[in-house]
Amino acid sequence: MKRVVITGAGTINALGHSVAETMTAMAEGRCGIGPLVFRDVERLSIQIGGQVRGFEADGRYNRQQMSLYDRFTQFTLAAAAEAIAQSGITFSGELAAKSGVVLGTAGGGVSTWDDNYRSVYEDGKNRVHPFVVPKLMNNAAASHVSMEYNLKGPSFTVSTACASSNHAMAQAFQMVRTGMAPAMVTGGSESMLCFGGVKAWEGLRVMSKDACRPFSANRNGMVQGEGAGIFVFEEYEHARARGAEILCEVAGFAMSSDATDIVMPSKNGAARAIAGALSDARLNPEEVGYINAHGTGTAANDKTECAAVADVFGPHADKLMISSTKSMHGHLIGGTGAVELLACIMALRDGVIAPTIGYEEADPDCALDVVPNEARDAKVNVALSNAFAFGGMNAVLALRKV
Amino acid sequence: MSVTDKIFEIIAEQAVLETSDVTLESTLEDLGIDSLGLVESIFAIEEEFDITVPFNANEPTNSDFDISSVSKIIEGVERLLKEQAG
Repeated sequence: MKRVVITGAGTINALGHSVAETMTAMAEGRCGIGPLVFRDVERLSIQIGGQVRGFEADGRYNRQQMSLYDRFTQFTLAAAAEAIAQSGITFSGELAAKSGVVLGTAGGGVSTWDDNYRSVYEDGKNRVHPFVVPKLMNNAAASHVSMEYNLKGPSFTVSTACASSNHAMAQAFQMVRTGMAPAMVTGGSESMLCFGGVKAWEGLRVMSKDACRPFSANRNGMVQGEGAGIFVFEEYEHARARGAEILCEVAGFAMSSDATDIVMPSKNGAARAIAGALSDARLNPEEVGYINAHGTGTAANDKTECAAVADVFGPHADKLMISSTKSMHGHLIGGTGAVELLACIMALRDGVIAPTIGYEEADPDCALDVVPNEARDAKVNVALSNAFAFGGMNAVLALRKV
Repeated sequence: MSVTDKIFEIIAEQAVLETSDVTLESTLEDLGIDSLGLVESIFAIEEEFDITVPFNANEPTNSDFDISSVSKIIEGVERLLKEQAG
């Protein structure tokens, strides 16, 4: 078994267009959620979200690229450029042949579906642009990253709703750990903030109209976000040999399936994933200092997640910190675990714990240290990142300070 | 603008060239238009002239629409405009 480390990170989300901007915003407890701006937003009952602002794709990508890149691909490529530049890795020869890209997304090119359905159904057009399919397909982003960076090894896209990124990163981790690939580009992205995307979510009646307040007794639902988080996972000796900066180690993971309900989470499924990640990473529960919670701000998630943490950690549950950064960047659905991994890196590398903002009222069912409203300085050696998806599919990553 | 001018414009845009770089004799290959650029050009022509171009990307040379040069494309479009008028 090889050791796996993260040597590059990149992101774009409602809090910033880079890792540095995002971490600064998290440390300041800034909220990136605001009024949504897009066509027909006035017909939605939910009009807030963590929208990426000031991202000018037109200047970044040429006309041919624009005709092929849905917004979720644009986000992915922007974040990948940052991650790969930081890593300093160049994929050529044997390294290129063995290294690949595994990404998560729940919806893929949602706005491409939306725009083209509008065109044929609402506008009655009978002709669509020839690249609708290659633009909207869920693997488009992974494919463009592979083409841009010459990644010729195992590459594919994982789609497990809100756990997509964690499943993708777990898979990439496993490939590097087993020696199958010396490095993998991994993470995820999502861009559902368009009329059809938000309208579909409205139907479930789980969305908040005013704010995302995870673990707070007065919470009233989730808020969607958008963006991408991309990382370079690399074999430890490979990274050391080329003198790469190491952000942290990926120590282990676990996946589990509730096998109970298509939307309601299960404490048992979540607990099995958390305990499984600890066991895979050969960690004692007492070593965990921080958990980046799934923390969606829905009653169903927050209560179940806290109960699962209490079950797995016993008395140590009261000593560790657990926060949900969704309160700041919103729920990036298939990209969420990737952006949230940044909070784990910040905890391990910088000793800064991102807060759960919007926290107003204690909930006896969530009686853990949720790092309310203000970031905290703390030395943390081990962090977990939780993701529990619709469909009961869970993936938890364990990370360690290097 | 004439059909010829419009087609020069569409093809030049696809090829990322000036319209002055496009000649009647140019082939799409000369202009560096690949298979994706070709289907995009056909789409742009259909949109511009509101016609349906009988083009099958599986068998580009066997389609009922000659794409062997810019002048052939113009001829084809003019024929389709007559056939599909009204």
